[in-house]
Amino acid sequence: MIDIKKIKKDFPIFKNHPDLVYLDSAATSLKPKRVIEKIVEYYQDYSANIHRGIYQISEKATKEYEETREVVANFIGANPSEIAFTKNTTESLNILANSLVEKFTQRGDEILISILEHHSNFVPWQIAAKKRGLKIKILDIDKEGKLKIKDLKNLISKKTKIVSLSFVSNVLGTINPIGEISEIVKKKQKDIIFVVDGAQAVPHFKVNVKDLSIDFLAFSGHKMLGPTGVGVLWGREELLNEIEPLNYGGGMIEKVEIEETVFQKAPFKFEAGTPPIASVIGLKEAIFYLEKIGMEKIQEHESELTNFALEKIKKEFGKKIKIYGPKKRAGVIAFNFKNYHPHDISQILASEKVCIRAGHHCAMPLHKRLNTVATCRASFYLYNQKEDIEKLIFGLKKVEKILG
Amino acid sequence: MEELYKDLILFHWKSPQNYGKLKDANKSFFLENPFCGDAIKMEAKIEKGKIKKIKFSGKGCIISKASASLLTEYAKGKSIEEIKKLDKDFVLKLLGIELSPTRLKCALLPLEVLQKLVQLKEK
Repeated sequence: MIDIKKIKKDFPIFKNHPDLVYLDSAATSLKPKRVIEKIVEYYQDYSANIHRGIYQISEKATKEYEETREVVANFIGANPSEIAFTKNTTESLNILANSLVEKFTQRGDEILISILEHHSNFVPWQIAAKKRGLKIKILDIDKEGKLKIKDLKNLISKKTKIVSLSFVSNVLGTINPIGEISEIVKKKQKDIIFVVDGAQAVPHFKVNVKDLSIDFLAFSGHKMLGPTGVGVLWGREELLNEIEPLNYGGGMIEKVEIEETVFQKAPFKFEAGTPPIASVIGLKEAIFYLEKIGMEKIQEHESELTNFALEKIKKEFGKKIKIYGPKKRAGVIAFNFKNYHPHDISQILASEKVCIRAGHHCAMPLHKRLNTVATCRASFYLYNQKEDIEKLIFGLKKVEKILG
Repeated sequence: MEELYKDLILFHWKSPQNYGKLKDANKSFFLENPFCGDAIKMEAKIEKGKIKKIKFSGKGCIISKASASLLTEYAKGKSIEEIKKLDKDFVLKLLGIELSPTRLKCALLPLEVLQKLVQLKEK
Protein backbone atom coordinates (compact mmCIF):
# COMPACT_ATOMS: atom_id res chain seq x y z
CA MET A 1 0.00 0.00 0.00
CA ILE A 2 1.04 3.52 -0.72
CA ASP A 3 1.19 6.00 2.14
CA ILE A 4 -0.66 8.89 0.52
CA LYS A 5 -0.22 11.32 3.37
CA LYS A 6 3.49 10.87 3.17
CA ILE A 7 3.55 11.15 -0.60
CA LYS A 8 1.48 14.34 -0.60
CA LYS A 9 4.06 15.91 1.68
CA ASP A 10 6.69 15.29 -0.97
CA PHE A 11 4.83 17.51 -3.45
CA PRO A 12 5.16 21.20 -2.51
CA ILE A 13 2.18 22.14 -4.69
CA PHE A 14 -0.13 20.59 -2.09
CA LYS A 15 1.32 22.89 0.52
CA ASN A 16 0.52 25.89 -1.65
CA HIS A 17 -2.88 24.53 -2.68
CA PRO A 18 -4.08 22.27 0.13
CA ASP A 19 -7.49 21.68 -1.52
CA LEU A 20 -6.10 20.86 -4.94
CA VAL A 21 -7.71 17.84 -6.54
CA TYR A 22 -5.41 17.22 -9.46
CA LEU A 23 -6.90 14.74 -11.92
CA ASP A 24 -4.92 15.69 -15.01
CA SER A 25 -1.71 13.71 -14.71
CA ALA A 26 -2.17 12.31 -18.20
CA ALA A 27 -1.44 15.85 -19.37
CA THR A 28 1.44 16.43 -17.01
CA SER A 29 2.40 15.22 -13.56
CA LEU A 30 3.10 17.20 -10.42
CA LYS A 31 6.71 17.41 -9.23
CA PRO A 32 8.18 16.13 -6.00
CA LYS A 33 10.42 18.38 -3.94
CA ARG A 34 13.59 16.46 -4.68
CA VAL A 35 13.15 17.02 -8.42
CA ILE A 36 12.66 20.75 -7.89
CA GLU A 37 15.63 20.88 -5.55
CA LYS A 38 17.80 19.07 -8.05
CA ILE A 39 17.04 21.67 -10.69
CA VAL A 40 17.93 24.43 -8.25
CA GLU A 41 21.08 22.55 -7.28
CA TYR A 42 22.27 22.52 -10.89
CA TYR A 43 21.69 26.24 -11.36
CA GLN A 44 23.26 27.13 -8.04
CA ASP A 45 26.15 24.72 -7.81
CA TYR A 46 27.36 23.67 -11.23
CA SER A 47 25.45 25.49 -13.95
CA ALA A 48 28.04 24.97 -16.65
CA ASN A 49 27.65 23.40 -20.05
CA ILE A 50 28.25 19.68 -20.43
CA HIS A 51 30.78 17.63 -22.39
CA ARG A 52 33.07 20.54 -23.17
CA GLY A 53 34.48 22.31 -20.18
CA ILE A 54 37.67 21.01 -18.69
CA TYR A 55 36.97 22.46 -15.32
CA GLN A 56 35.35 21.16 -12.22
CA ILE A 57 31.77 22.47 -12.45
CA SER A 58 31.42 21.44 -16.09
CA GLU A 59 32.73 18.00 -15.27
CA LYS A 60 30.22 17.77 -12.44
CA ALA A 61 27.36 18.80 -14.77
CA THR A 62 28.49 16.24 -17.34
CA LYS A 63 28.67 13.54 -14.72
CA GLU A 64 25.14 14.27 -13.48
CA TYR A 65 23.83 14.40 -17.04
CA GLU A 66 25.43 11.15 -18.12
CA GLU A 67 24.39 9.45 -14.89
CA THR A 68 20.82 10.28 -15.84
CA ARG A 69 21.31 8.38 -19.09
CA GLU A 70 22.34 5.34 -17.07
CA VAL A 71 19.42 5.71 -14.69
CA VAL A 72 16.92 6.04 -17.53
CA ALA A 73 18.46 3.05 -19.32
CA ASN A 74 18.29 0.97 -16.20
CA PHE A 75 14.68 2.05 -15.62
CA ILE A 76 13.52 0.56 -18.95
CA GLY A 77 16.01 -2.31 -19.23
CA ALA A 78 18.15 -0.71 -21.93
CA ASN A 79 21.79 0.29 -22.43
CA PRO A 80 22.84 3.91 -21.86
CA SER A 81 24.10 4.08 -25.44
CA GLU A 82 20.51 3.54 -26.59
CA ILE A 83 19.05 6.49 -24.68
CA ALA A 84 18.83 9.83 -26.49
CA PHE A 85 17.46 12.86 -24.71
CA THR A 86 14.91 14.86 -26.67
CA LYS A 87 12.45 17.60 -25.82
CA ASN A 88 9.52 15.26 -25.23
CA THR A 89 7.64 12.30 -26.68
CA THR A 90 6.52 14.46 -29.58
CA GLU A 91 10.06 15.29 -30.57
CA SER A 92 11.14 11.67 -30.23
CA LEU A 93 8.34 10.61 -32.55
CA ASN A 94 9.12 13.40 -35.01
CA ILE A 95 12.71 12.24 -35.22
CA LEU A 96 11.48 8.73 -35.95
CA ALA A 97 8.83 9.74 -38.48
CA ASN A 98 11.37 11.76 -40.41
CA SER A 99 14.33 9.47 -40.18
CA LEU A 100 12.70 6.08 -40.47
CA VAL A 101 10.62 7.13 -43.45
CA GLU A 102 13.71 8.54 -45.12
CA LYS A 103 15.87 5.52 -44.43
CA PHE A 104 13.51 2.58 -44.79
CA THR A 105 10.65 3.44 -47.12
CA GLN A 106 9.96 3.92 -50.78
CA ARG A 107 6.99 5.43 -52.56
CA GLY A 108 3.96 3.17 -52.21
CA ASP A 109 5.05 1.60 -48.92
CA GLU A 110 2.79 1.55 -45.88
CA ILE A 111 2.84 2.65 -42.28
CA LEU A 112 0.43 1.21 -39.74
CA ILE A 113 -0.83 3.30 -36.81
CA SER A 114 -4.10 3.09 -34.88
CA ILE A 115 -7.23 5.17 -34.49
CA LEU A 116 -6.53 5.78 -30.80
CA GLU A 117 -3.23 7.57 -31.26
CA HIS A 118 -2.43 10.93 -29.72
CA HIS A 119 -1.78 13.52 -32.44
CA SER A 120 1.94 13.21 -31.73
CA ASN A 121 1.89 9.63 -32.97
CA PHE A 122 -0.44 10.47 -35.82
CA VAL A 123 0.47 13.74 -37.47
CA PRO A 124 4.26 13.19 -37.88
CA TRP A 125 3.56 9.93 -39.75
CA GLN A 126 0.81 11.50 -41.80
CA ILE A 127 3.07 14.35 -42.89
CA ALA A 128 6.12 12.18 -43.54
CA ALA A 129 3.93 9.76 -45.51
CA LYS A 130 2.57 12.56 -47.69
CA LYS A 131 6.06 13.78 -48.49
CA ARG A 132 7.27 10.35 -49.50
CA GLY A 133 4.06 9.05 -51.08
CA LEU A 134 3.30 6.38 -48.49
CA LYS A 135 -0.01 5.00 -47.38
CA ILE A 136 -1.14 5.25 -43.77
CA LYS A 137 -3.17 2.30 -42.60
CA ILE A 138 -5.27 2.51 -39.45
CA LEU A 139 -5.85 -0.22 -36.92
CA ASP A 140 -9.36 0.22 -35.55
CA ILE A 141 -10.79 -0.32 -32.06
CA ASP A 142 -13.67 -2.53 -30.99
CA LYS A 143 -16.76 -1.49 -29.03
CA GLU A 144 -14.89 -1.60 -25.76
CA GLY A 145 -12.08 0.58 -27.03
CA LYS A 146 -9.48 -2.14 -27.49
CA LEU A 147 -7.36 -2.45 -30.59
CA LYS A 148 -8.72 -5.02 -33.03
CA ILE A 149 -5.67 -7.23 -32.96
CA LYS A 150 -7.39 -9.74 -35.22
CA ASP A 151 -7.22 -7.20 -38.03
CA LEU A 152 -3.44 -6.96 -37.81
CA LYS A 153 -2.73 -9.87 -40.10
CA ASN A 154 -4.80 -8.37 -42.89
CA LEU A 155 -3.50 -4.86 -42.41
CA ILE A 156 0.13 -5.84 -42.63
CA SER A 157 1.40 -6.42 -46.12
CA LYS A 158 4.76 -6.73 -47.78
CA LYS A 159 4.66 -2.98 -48.17
CA THR A 160 4.35 -2.32 -44.45
CA LYS A 161 7.63 -0.88 -43.25
CA ILE A 162 6.74 0.76 -39.94
CA VAL A 163 4.19 0.10 -37.22
CA SER A 164 3.79 2.78 -34.57
CA LEU A 165 1.37 2.31 -31.67
CA SER A 166 0.84 3.78 -28.27
CA PHE A 167 1.25 1.54 -25.25
CA VAL A 168 -1.64 3.20 -23.39
CA SER A 169 -4.39 5.36 -24.85
CA ASN A 170 -4.38 8.83 -23.32
CA VAL A 171 -8.18 8.96 -23.68
CA LEU A 172 -9.57 5.46 -23.26
CA GLY A 173 -6.89 4.21 -20.90
CA THR A 174 -6.68 1.05 -22.98
CA ILE A 175 -3.46 -0.82 -22.27
CA ASN A 176 -2.49 -2.24 -25.62
CA PRO A 177 -0.83 -5.66 -25.43
CA ILE A 178 2.32 -4.37 -27.09
CA GLY A 179 4.28 -7.55 -26.40
CA GLU A 180 1.69 -9.66 -28.17
CA ILE A 181 1.19 -7.17 -31.01
CA SER A 182 4.88 -6.74 -31.68
CA GLU A 183 5.30 -10.48 -31.87
CA ILE A 184 2.46 -10.86 -34.34
CA VAL A 185 3.92 -8.07 -36.44
CA LYS A 186 7.49 -9.36 -36.37
CA LYS A 187 6.33 -12.91 -37.07
CA LYS A 188 4.49 -11.73 -40.14
CA GLN A 189 7.46 -9.71 -41.29
CA LYS A 190 10.58 -9.43 -39.21
CA ASP A 191 11.92 -6.33 -40.95
CA ILE A 192 9.04 -4.12 -39.93
CA ILE A 193 10.20 -1.41 -37.57
CA PHE A 194 8.06 -1.29 -34.47
CA VAL A 195 7.73 2.04 -32.67
CA VAL A 196 5.98 2.49 -29.33
CA ASP A 197 4.63 5.73 -27.91
CA GLY A 198 5.19 5.09 -24.23
CA ALA A 199 4.11 8.51 -22.92
CA GLN A 200 1.21 7.14 -20.87
CA ALA A 201 2.88 3.84 -19.99
CA VAL A 202 6.42 4.39 -18.73
CA PRO A 203 5.29 6.71 -15.89
CA HIS A 204 2.72 4.22 -14.62
CA PHE A 205 4.07 0.69 -14.82
CA LYS A 206 7.28 -1.18 -15.37
CA VAL A 207 8.22 -1.19 -19.05
CA ASN A 208 11.19 -3.32 -19.99
CA VAL A 209 12.24 -3.01 -23.61
CA LYS A 210 14.01 -6.34 -23.44
CA ASP A 211 10.69 -8.08 -22.85
CA LEU A 212 9.15 -6.63 -25.98
CA SER A 213 9.91 -7.21 -29.65
CA ILE A 214 10.05 -3.50 -30.32
CA ASP A 215 12.63 -1.24 -31.92
CA PHE A 216 11.88 2.22 -30.55
CA LEU A 217 10.19 3.69 -27.49
CA ALA A 218 9.37 7.34 -26.90
CA PHE A 219 8.33 8.96 -23.62
CA SER A 220 8.35 12.26 -21.73
CA GLY A 221 9.97 13.23 -18.46
CA HIS A 222 7.24 15.63 -17.38
CA LYS A 223 4.56 12.94 -17.25
CA MET A 224 6.67 10.88 -14.82
CA LEU A 225 7.31 13.49 -12.11
CA GLY A 226 10.21 15.00 -14.04
CA PRO A 227 10.66 18.51 -15.41
CA THR A 228 9.19 19.71 -18.68
CA GLY A 229 11.55 19.99 -21.64
CA VAL A 230 13.09 16.54 -21.51
CA GLY A 231 11.93 13.44 -23.32
CA VAL A 232 13.51 10.14 -24.18
CA LEU A 233 14.06 8.26 -27.38
CA TRP A 234 15.11 4.68 -26.88
CA GLY A 235 16.12 2.64 -29.90
CA ARG A 236 18.07 -0.48 -30.68
CA GLU A 237 21.64 0.65 -30.98
CA GLU A 238 22.25 -0.52 -34.53
CA LEU A 239 19.08 1.24 -35.69
CA LEU A 240 19.91 4.44 -33.83
CA ASN A 241 23.27 4.46 -35.54
CA GLU A 242 21.65 3.91 -38.91
CA ILE A 243 19.15 6.77 -38.89
CA GLU A 244 19.66 10.50 -39.32
CA PRO A 245 19.09 12.99 -36.53
CA LEU A 246 16.54 15.77 -36.91
CA ASN A 247 18.79 18.59 -35.73
CA TYR A 248 22.36 19.34 -36.66
CA GLY A 249 24.85 21.62 -34.95
CA GLY A 250 27.01 21.74 -31.90
CA GLY A 251 27.62 18.89 -29.52
CA MET A 252 26.86 16.06 -31.94
CA ILE A 253 29.96 16.34 -34.07
CA GLU A 254 32.94 14.07 -34.56
CA LYS A 255 34.57 16.13 -37.28
CA VAL A 256 33.59 19.02 -39.53
CA GLU A 257 35.32 19.90 -42.77
CA ILE A 258 34.23 22.41 -45.35
CA GLU A 259 32.75 19.69 -47.54
CA GLU A 260 31.62 17.16 -45.04
CA THR A 261 30.70 16.40 -41.45
CA VAL A 262 31.05 13.24 -39.40
CA PHE A 263 28.58 12.88 -36.53
CA GLN A 264 29.18 11.28 -33.20
CA LYS A 265 27.65 7.91 -32.61
CA ALA A 266 24.22 7.49 -31.11
CA PRO A 267 22.89 8.67 -28.77
CA PHE A 268 24.94 11.87 -28.94
CA LYS A 269 24.17 12.58 -32.57
CA PHE A 270 20.53 13.15 -31.59
CA GLU A 271 21.43 15.81 -29.04
CA ALA A 272 22.56 18.79 -31.09
CA GLY A 273 22.91 22.06 -29.25
CA THR A 274 22.94 22.64 -25.52
CA PRO A 275 20.31 20.31 -24.07
CA PRO A 276 17.98 21.18 -21.17
CA ILE A 277 20.64 20.13 -18.67
CA ALA A 278 18.72 20.95 -15.50
CA SER A 279 15.66 19.10 -16.77
CA VAL A 280 17.66 16.02 -17.70
CA ILE A 281 19.29 15.94 -14.29
CA GLY A 282 15.90 16.50 -12.69
CA LEU A 283 14.56 13.45 -14.52
CA LYS A 284 17.09 11.31 -12.71
CA GLU A 285 15.62 12.38 -9.39
CA ALA A 286 12.11 11.68 -10.67
CA ILE A 287 13.10 8.12 -11.53
CA PHE A 288 14.80 7.67 -8.15
CA TYR A 289 11.57 8.80 -6.54
CA LEU A 290 9.42 6.44 -8.62
CA GLU A 291 11.78 3.57 -7.86
CA LYS A 292 11.73 4.34 -4.18
CA ILE A 293 7.95 4.04 -4.13
CA GLY A 294 8.06 1.10 -6.55
CA MET A 295 6.42 0.88 -9.97
CA GLU A 296 4.39 -2.19 -8.95
CA LYS A 297 2.93 -0.31 -6.03
CA ILE A 298 2.16 2.71 -8.17
CA GLN A 299 0.39 0.54 -10.71
CA GLU A 300 -1.57 -1.23 -8.01
CA HIS A 301 -2.57 2.06 -6.41
CA GLU A 302 -3.75 3.57 -9.69
CA SER A 303 -5.63 0.45 -10.60
CA GLU A 304 -7.45 0.50 -7.28
CA LEU A 305 -8.33 4.17 -7.67
CA THR A 306 -9.52 3.66 -11.23
CA ASN A 307 -11.79 0.79 -10.30
CA PHE A 308 -13.11 2.77 -7.36
CA ALA A 309 -13.84 5.74 -9.62
CA LEU A 310 -15.51 3.62 -12.31
CA GLU A 311 -17.78 1.95 -9.78
CA LYS A 312 -18.57 5.17 -7.98
CA ILE A 313 -19.48 7.06 -11.14
CA LYS A 314 -21.67 4.20 -12.27
CA LYS A 315 -23.38 3.95 -8.91
CA GLU A 316 -24.01 7.68 -8.53
CA PHE A 317 -24.95 8.61 -12.07
CA GLY A 318 -25.87 5.41 -13.91
CA LYS A 319 -26.56 6.02 -17.56
CA LYS A 320 -26.36 9.79 -17.21
CA ILE A 321 -22.61 9.48 -17.54
CA LYS A 322 -21.18 7.69 -20.53
CA ILE A 323 -17.72 6.26 -19.88
CA TYR A 324 -15.49 5.47 -22.83
CA GLY A 325 -12.96 2.66 -22.91
CA PRO A 326 -12.52 -0.84 -21.52
CA LYS A 327 -13.13 -2.02 -17.98
CA LYS A 328 -9.55 -3.05 -17.39
CA ARG A 329 -7.53 0.07 -18.06
CA ALA A 330 -4.83 2.46 -16.94
CA GLY A 331 -5.67 5.40 -14.68
CA VAL A 332 -7.52 7.39 -17.32
CA ILE A 333 -11.29 7.85 -17.48
CA ALA A 334 -12.90 9.75 -20.33
CA PHE A 335 -16.59 10.46 -20.06
CA ASN A 336 -19.54 12.57 -21.10
CA PHE A 337 -22.30 13.73 -18.79
CA LYS A 338 -25.84 14.11 -20.18
CA ASN A 339 -25.86 16.77 -22.91
CA TYR A 340 -23.45 19.05 -21.06
CA HIS A 341 -20.46 20.29 -22.95
CA PRO A 342 -17.18 19.06 -21.37
CA HIS A 343 -15.93 22.63 -21.11
CA ASP A 344 -18.88 23.59 -18.95
CA ILE A 345 -18.41 20.53 -16.76
CA SER A 346 -14.74 21.19 -16.32
CA GLN A 347 -15.36 24.85 -15.52
CA ILE A 348 -17.85 24.06 -12.77
CA LEU A 349 -15.53 21.37 -11.38
CA ALA A 350 -12.76 23.97 -11.34
CA SER A 351 -14.85 26.05 -8.97
CA GLU A 352 -14.53 23.09 -6.59
CA LYS A 353 -10.76 22.96 -7.20
CA VAL A 354 -11.18 19.73 -9.15
CA CYS A 355 -8.87 19.79 -12.16
CA ILE A 356 -9.87 17.56 -15.03
CA ARG A 357 -9.32 18.02 -18.74
CA ALA A 358 -12.03 18.73 -21.30
CA GLY A 359 -11.70 18.61 -25.05
CA HIS A 360 -10.30 16.19 -27.57
CA HIS A 361 -7.06 15.50 -25.66
CA CYS A 362 -5.05 15.71 -28.87
CA ALA A 363 -6.87 12.70 -30.24
CA MET A 364 -9.34 14.08 -32.79
CA PRO A 365 -9.47 10.98 -35.00
CA LEU A 366 -10.37 8.92 -31.94
CA HIS A 367 -13.10 11.33 -30.88
CA LYS A 368 -14.56 11.23 -34.36
CA ARG A 369 -14.50 7.45 -34.13
CA LEU A 370 -16.29 7.68 -30.78
CA ASN A 371 -18.80 9.98 -32.41
CA THR A 372 -18.22 12.91 -30.09
CA VAL A 373 -16.27 16.14 -30.42
CA ALA A 374 -15.08 16.28 -26.86
CA THR A 375 -14.91 14.35 -23.62
CA CYS A 376 -14.08 15.03 -20.00
CA ARG A 377 -11.02 13.19 -18.78
CA ALA A 378 -9.93 12.40 -15.24
CA SER A 379 -6.52 10.79 -14.85
CA PHE A 380 -4.72 9.53 -11.77
CA TYR A 381 -1.22 9.17 -10.40
CA LEU A 382 0.47 8.10 -7.21
CA TYR A 383 -0.51 11.25 -5.27
CA ASN A 384 -4.25 10.79 -5.85
CA GLN A 385 -6.53 9.24 -3.29
CA LYS A 386 -10.13 8.12 -2.92
CA GLU A 387 -11.05 11.48 -1.44
CA ASP A 388 -10.13 13.07 -4.77
CA ILE A 389 -12.66 10.85 -6.50
CA GLU A 390 -15.27 11.66 -3.91
CA LYS A 391 -14.67 15.34 -4.58
CA LEU A 392 -15.01 14.68 -8.29
CA ILE A 393 -18.36 12.99 -7.66
CA PHE A 394 -19.42 15.90 -5.46
CA GLY A 395 -18.40 18.33 -8.19
CA LEU A 396 -20.32 16.38 -10.82
CA LYS A 397 -23.42 16.53 -8.65
CA LYS A 398 -22.98 20.27 -8.49
CA VAL A 399 -22.74 20.36 -12.27
CA GLU A 400 -26.07 18.60 -12.49
CA LYS A 401 -27.59 20.93 -9.91
CA ILE A 402 -26.51 24.02 -11.84
CA LEU A 403 -27.18 22.80 -15.35
CA GLY A 404 -30.23 20.70 -14.57
CA MET B 1 -15.99 31.02 -11.83
CA GLU B 2 -19.39 30.03 -10.50
CA GLU B 3 -20.99 33.30 -11.55
CA LEU B 4 -20.32 32.16 -15.08
CA TYR B 5 -23.37 29.99 -14.80
CA LYS B 6 -25.73 32.64 -13.56
CA ASP B 7 -29.42 32.67 -14.34
CA LEU B 8 -29.27 34.80 -17.47
CA ILE B 9 -26.75 32.51 -19.13
CA LEU B 10 -28.53 29.36 -18.06
CA PHE B 11 -31.84 30.78 -19.28
CA HIS B 12 -30.43 31.41 -22.74
CA TRP B 13 -28.83 27.98 -22.80
CA LYS B 14 -32.00 26.16 -21.78
CA SER B 15 -34.37 28.33 -23.83
CA PRO B 16 -32.27 29.76 -26.61
CA GLN B 17 -33.94 32.68 -28.35
CA ASN B 18 -34.18 32.68 -32.13
CA TYR B 19 -33.14 29.05 -32.31
CA GLY B 20 -34.00 27.24 -35.50
CA LYS B 21 -34.09 27.69 -39.25
CA LEU B 22 -35.23 30.71 -41.20
CA LYS B 23 -37.13 29.81 -44.37
CA ASP B 24 -36.97 33.17 -46.08
CA ALA B 25 -33.35 33.91 -45.19
CA ASN B 26 -31.29 35.64 -47.84
CA LYS B 27 -28.00 35.22 -46.03
CA SER B 28 -26.48 32.45 -43.94
CA PHE B 29 -23.10 31.77 -42.44
CA PHE B 30 -21.56 28.88 -40.52
CA LEU B 31 -18.43 28.61 -38.42
CA GLU B 32 -17.06 26.03 -36.06
CA ASN B 33 -14.34 25.86 -33.52
CA PRO B 34 -12.83 22.41 -34.05
CA PHE B 35 -10.93 22.76 -30.79
CA CYS B 36 -14.05 22.26 -28.70
CA GLY B 37 -16.68 21.39 -31.26
CA ASP B 38 -18.76 24.55 -30.94
CA ALA B 39 -20.58 25.10 -34.23
CA ILE B 40 -22.90 27.99 -34.99
CA LYS B 41 -24.97 28.71 -38.06
CA MET B 42 -26.90 31.95 -38.47
CA GLU B 43 -29.51 32.70 -41.08
CA ALA B 44 -30.91 36.15 -41.62
CA LYS B 45 -33.25 38.13 -43.76
CA ILE B 46 -31.53 41.40 -44.46
CA GLU B 47 -33.30 44.19 -46.31
CA LYS B 48 -32.13 47.72 -47.01
CA GLY B 49 -29.09 47.21 -44.81
CA LYS B 50 -31.13 46.10 -41.82
CA ILE B 51 -31.63 42.75 -40.15
CA LYS B 52 -35.31 41.95 -40.38
CA LYS B 53 -35.19 38.39 -39.07
CA ILE B 54 -32.45 36.21 -37.71
CA LYS B 55 -32.14 32.66 -36.41
CA PHE B 56 -29.31 30.49 -35.27
CA SER B 57 -28.70 26.78 -34.96
CA GLY B 58 -25.82 24.57 -34.00
CA LYS B 59 -24.28 22.90 -31.02
CA GLY B 60 -21.80 23.80 -28.40
CA CYS B 61 -21.21 24.75 -24.83
CA ILE B 62 -23.40 26.93 -22.68
CA ILE B 63 -21.36 30.05 -23.27
CA SER B 64 -21.48 29.81 -27.05
CA LYS B 65 -25.19 29.08 -27.09
CA ALA B 66 -26.07 31.84 -24.63
CA SER B 67 -23.91 34.25 -26.58
CA ALA B 68 -25.64 33.34 -29.85
CA SER B 69 -29.05 33.66 -28.24
CA LEU B 70 -28.30 37.08 -26.76
CA LEU B 71 -26.59 38.36 -29.88
CA THR B 72 -29.40 37.37 -32.24
CA GLU B 73 -31.88 39.02 -29.87
CA TYR B 74 -29.83 42.20 -30.02
CA ALA B 75 -29.29 42.03 -33.77
CA LYS B 76 -32.96 42.16 -34.77
CA GLY B 77 -33.68 45.48 -36.43
CA LYS B 78 -30.06 46.63 -36.30
CA SER B 79 -28.18 47.89 -39.33
CA ILE B 80 -25.18 46.22 -40.88
CA GLU B 81 -23.05 49.14 -39.77
CA GLU B 82 -24.15 48.75 -36.17
CA ILE B 83 -23.35 45.04 -36.22
CA LYS B 84 -19.91 45.65 -37.72
CA LYS B 85 -19.01 47.89 -34.77
CA LEU B 86 -19.66 45.25 -32.11
CA ASP B 87 -16.64 43.95 -30.25
CA LYS B 88 -15.51 41.59 -27.55
CA ASP B 89 -16.43 43.95 -24.74
CA PHE B 90 -19.94 44.26 -26.06
CA VAL B 91 -20.44 40.49 -26.01
CA LEU B 92 -19.06 40.26 -22.49
CA LYS B 93 -21.43 43.03 -21.43
CA LEU B 94 -24.35 41.18 -22.97
CA LEU B 95 -23.37 38.02 -21.12
CA GLY B 96 -22.57 39.96 -17.97
CA ILE B 97 -19.53 37.88 -17.11
CA GLU B 98 -15.80 37.79 -17.41
CA LEU B 99 -14.12 34.96 -19.26
CA SER B 100 -10.74 33.29 -19.40
CA PRO B 101 -9.01 33.30 -22.79
CA THR B 102 -10.07 29.71 -23.54
CA ARG B 103 -13.72 30.38 -22.87
CA LEU B 104 -13.64 33.75 -24.60
CA LYS B 105 -13.45 31.87 -27.90
CA CYS B 106 -16.78 30.23 -27.09
CA ALA B 107 -18.41 33.59 -26.47
CA LEU B 108 -16.95 35.24 -29.55
CA LEU B 109 -17.74 32.55 -32.12
CA PRO B 110 -21.37 33.77 -32.53
CA LEU B 111 -20.15 37.36 -32.96
CA GLU B 112 -17.78 36.28 -35.69
CA VAL B 113 -20.58 34.40 -37.44
CA LEU B 114 -22.92 37.40 -37.15
CA GLN B 115 -20.38 39.89 -38.45
CA LYS B 116 -19.33 37.71 -41.35
CA LEU B 117 -22.96 37.08 -42.16
CA VAL B 118 -23.93 40.73 -42.47
CA GLN B 119 -20.89 41.45 -44.60
CA LEU B 120 -21.64 38.71 -47.12
CA LYS B 121 -22.07 40.00 -50.63
CA GLU B 122 -25.60 39.92 -52.03
CA LYS B 123 -26.19 36.83 -54.11
